[in-house]
Amino acid sequence: MTTTDSATIVMDLDRAWDLHPQVSVRPEPFGALLYHFGTRKLSFLKDRRLLAVVQALAYAPTARAACLAAGLGDNELPRYGRALAVLVQSSMVVGRTP
Amino acid sequence: MTAPTAPPLVDLFERGLDAPICLTWELTYACNLACAHCLSSSGRRDPRELSTAEAKAVIDELEAMQVFYVNIGGGEPTVRADFWELLDYATAHHVGVKFSTNGVRITPDAAARLASNDYVDVQISLDGATADVNDAVRGAGSYATALRALENLAAAGMRNFKISVVCTRHNIPQLDDFKALADRFGAQLRLTRLRPSGRGADVWDELHPTAAQQRELYDWLLAHGENVLTGDSFFHLSAYGEALPGLNLCGAGRVVCLIDPVGDVYACPFAIHDEFLAGNVREADGFSGVWRDSELFRRLRTPQHGGACASCAFYDTCKGGCMAAKFFTGLPLDGPDPECVQGYGEQLLARRGDGTRVPKPSGDHSRRSRTTVDLVLTRREAVEQRARPPVSDCAEHPLAGLDLTPTGKDTAHA
Repeated sequence: MTTTDSATIVMDLDRAWDLHPQVSVRPEPFGALLYHFGTRKLSFLKDRRLLAVVQALAYAPTARAACLAAGLGDNELPRYGRALAVLVQSSMVVGRTP
Repeated sequence: MTAPTAPPLVDLFERGLDAPICLTWELTYACNLACAHCLSSSGRRDPRELSTAEAKAVIDELEAMQVFYVNIGGGEPTVRADFWELLDYATAHHVGVKFSTNGVRITPDAAARLASNDYVDVQISLDGATADVNDAVRGAGSYATALRALENLAAAGMRNFKISVVCTRHNIPQLDDFKALADRFGAQLRLTRLRPSGRGADVWDELHPTAAQQRELYDWLLAHGENVLTGDSFFHLSAYGEALPGLNLCGAGRVVCLIDPVGDVYACPFAIHDEFLAGNVREADGFSGVWRDSELFRRLRTPQHGGACASCAFYDTCKGGCMAAKFFTGLPLDGPDPECVQGYGEQLLARRGDGTRVPKPSGDHSRRSRTTVDLVLTRREAVEQRARPPVSDCAEHPLAGLDLTPTGKDTAHA
């Protein structure tokens, strides 16, 4: 298990991101399971709204837009940004050239 | 992320998931080896083994259920004639494969094939860092076979394949040597727990680590952290203090299960016994029907109570330990693990009377011993070796190798 101090990671919300092509997503009542076939790591999304954000990344011009499309309020962006940063650190989410 | 009142993930997992996170699938009971501690009592092929078409139908179901990958074992899975066909079928259908082998079929060609497939991972079983320690359990020549496989995989450019070790009284002193061996081949070390399952029940008393060795193992695991995989195998050791990486949860029937070579579905790979049999993939609703509706699995997904352990200060960390280890040593399922680090299990084991009936595995595919009289003089160990039932290769925990990384508010705890 990776113990990441998510507070120290800065997520660039104003660029385009996507799930890594080798990542599979399995929605679950509590959120989702993510499995990366390259790193063979499993992650949990503990929240259905975070799942919605992650699924919106591919089509949104920026992560911020993906968050708003998932119905998040501005005050929730920092928290969700930190969650995304953790996913970036484990290569589940990678930068995308729009 | 979640509201402060949301239950921890482990609590959700205790109630089970719609599909397993991963599962173990023993493809065959046939094996070229006869390891003394084989959990599936393998040796001879079962004539009722799933056909190629039936195995593919299971893979189709796993794909539909979004099971990310299967841990394939046996027996020795690579001796199945359709092994490579099934491997390719699974990965083409988005079901990743991690398979355990003693290395017998890992030729340079096979290694190259494996290295070229991102959706395959390999675990070479090795139970001693030296030939004497390994071969005493796994059979003469098995160390050389495994080393040749490791060399072939490394030469083919395969990275991060696993060296999979079942921890015993004889190899705990070799932990550093195992790590050095893994580093030498660019492999990752996996340590798993010896369970008294299958033929393991016959040798558990003499092979399972001593109490002092359990402590040594725990300290070693803490020192090596995430670089050494355990498949959540040693969660009972968390009662020493700091939790080891992993879910620290018995996943039987909740997030994992076992499919055996004839399609029987058991709660976990260490519990091949009628008591833990949930159904068969050949039933009308297939594997998913068994996973979803089996009475046994439903029962396992209800909250478990600590029983005799409930008042122990460490119950929250060890959860009473391993169900299969208790069952096959004749201990009550709602009491301590036989290797409870507080010593409660040992006390119970000592109190077992001669009349205690220890359950036997339901199936035994061990090769039958020879009936001819052998007049060759042999050393004592060789005689003892032969007296043991036949062997295989399969100390596999279904969560083996998973790096469980929760993402959300509480990133440090699953």
